[in-house]
Amino acid sequence: MRNFVPILTVTLVIFALWYAFAIVLNKNWAYDKATRGGYELSFSELVADTWSQKKPRLPTPDQVAGEIWKSTGAAAVKKWNRSEGKPLFERISKVLNDKRNLIRHAWLTLSATLLGFIFGTGLGILLAVGIVHNRAMNNSVMPWVITSQTIPILALAPMIIVVLNAVGVSGLVPKAIISAYLSFFPVVVGMVKGLRSPDAMQLDQMRTWFASKSQVFWKLRLPSSVPYLFTSLKIGVAASLVGAIVGELTISQNGGLGARMLQGNYYGATLTIWSALIVAAALAAILVSLVGLAERITKKRMGFVS
Amino acid sequence: MMAQNQPDTTRTQAGAVISASNLSLTFETNDGPVHALKDVDLTINKGEFVSFIGPSGCGKTTFLRVLADLEQPTDGTVSVNGMTPREARRKRAYGFVFQAAGLYPWRTIAGNIKLPLEIMGIPKAEQKQLVEEVLDLVHLSGFENKFPWQLSGGMQQRASIARALSFQADILLMDEPFGALDEIVRDHLNEQLLELWAKTNKTIGFVTHSIPEAVYLSTKIVVMSPRPGRVTEVIESPLPRERPLDIRESPEFLELAHRVREGLRAGHEDDV
Repeated sequence: MRNFVPILTVTLVIFALWYAFAIVLNKNWAYDKATRGGYELSFSELVADTWSQKKPRLPTPDQVAGEIWKSTGAAAVKKWNRSEGKPLFERISKVLNDKRNLIRHAWLTLSATLLGFIFGTGLGILLAVGIVHNRAMNNSVMPWVITSQTIPILALAPMIIVVLNAVGVSGLVPKAIISAYLSFFPVVVGMVKGLRSPDAMQLDQMRTWFASKSQVFWKLRLPSSVPYLFTSLKIGVAASLVGAIVGELTISQNGGLGARMLQGNYYGATLTIWSALIVAAALAAILVSLVGLAERITKKRMGFVS
Repeated sequence: MMAQNQPDTTRTQAGAVISASNLSLTFETNDGPVHALKDVDLTINKGEFVSFIGPSGCGKTTFLRVLADLEQPTDGTVSVNGMTPREARRKRAYGFVFQAAGLYPWRTIAGNIKLPLEIMGIPKAEQKQLVEEVLDLVHLSGFENKFPWQLSGGMQQRASIARALSFQADILLMDEPFGALDEIVRDHLNEQLLELWAKTNKTIGFVTHSIPEAVYLSTKIVVMSPRPGRVTEVIESPLPRERPLDIRESPEFLELAHRVREGLRAGHEDDV
């Protein structure tokens, strides 16, 4: 915990700036109210007002935290209490299916993210294997892979969804495909590099043993690529989450964190947007650190020492 | 006495294990052709320990790589165990030790030594036994389950020698295997290599640029010179096969070292 003090300092600075900006950004509305009500605002009254508005331009951290609690834990408790006397299973399902509960939305986004992440990683690894082993694929596929990432995903997402709907695919899968579209890229790039990481000497060594191409792949190339794979997976999982949220901005009727952000936009409910945003960020942090944990365990077991 | 008599009988029994005639290899580069090897004629008999010595660019490593089918000669013929290098490679007729140990960090020492055995499809039970045997040969018994990073550089290189020996090829090709190690470790490994050679009676091709190393180890020293890479002298060592470390202070040793040095200078005179 040597880093504790610096991290704490940075966090405190961010929070201080956040509160300061809340005053600056929300003060006009406070003055407006004062002018209309015909009263003067002291500085402390101004601060108190800017930090507690119902629809602030910039909500304060404590307002966001309050909103998150209200739409997760508090909402669940409320549902639970309201269904008193009903069978246990029904009570649980009531809580889980609460359309106002942010946890449910987070779960919807998370499931699309994970499915897309698995699709994307699988596709990325397959493409990388092809690119490394086949000259034609190396020359033909790589440019398309790069091109695919230059198209703004926001423009592409509605089309993916319309096309998939036309062939009868709806629900979780279209969102997952948008996730996969974003997450396969870092995996391809990282895996191509990783599979090519064995040096000339290691490849010569394999030649002296008359190893087949597949033996070189399974025994040398694939294990060598593991550190590269994990670096890519960390970027990929975060990109997956972005993809799922973008998908939800397009198909918002099914819910999800993206749908909540869109909803907040319609009603000018900044608190809703910010709480969805913070939950999404927390989700990303958790996912990336889980991949990081898997990386540490795998590398340790494989004897890669950093 | 036994040890001294035995190799002589094998030497007379067996003929050439490796023979090259008129061997040439030219690399085409942007700056024109580079003659890595030119008209090399050489015969290596069974059980010999042959060192290749010369300045960089003399083709000593290239020659070893041609024997191992890692480079293709542009002219001339070469045979390894009576086969073409490619056939020899396919039949796993030689073990090759590179300058770096090149152990896989994700495999234990035993796992690393097993690697060629797995590739060659040798049954599991036999693998285990072979690994035990070679670990004993290089004095690494007890380190089976250690990972490479837990071993010193010298121990890693010994493990890599064990790996090259594991599938019991009778030729061992070594490309500056101790070049990256310090003098003390090197002496120790040289001594162990001789002991191993006496025990297994392998034919060894050994690339080095250390004169004492070449003289101490070899029964035959091949002196090479660069531009074009060629053999300038082949010196048969008069030293006995059994060589304690202190043989290096004997007059015979020093005289032989002197001859090698002279040979190197002769092939190099136009450069200095």
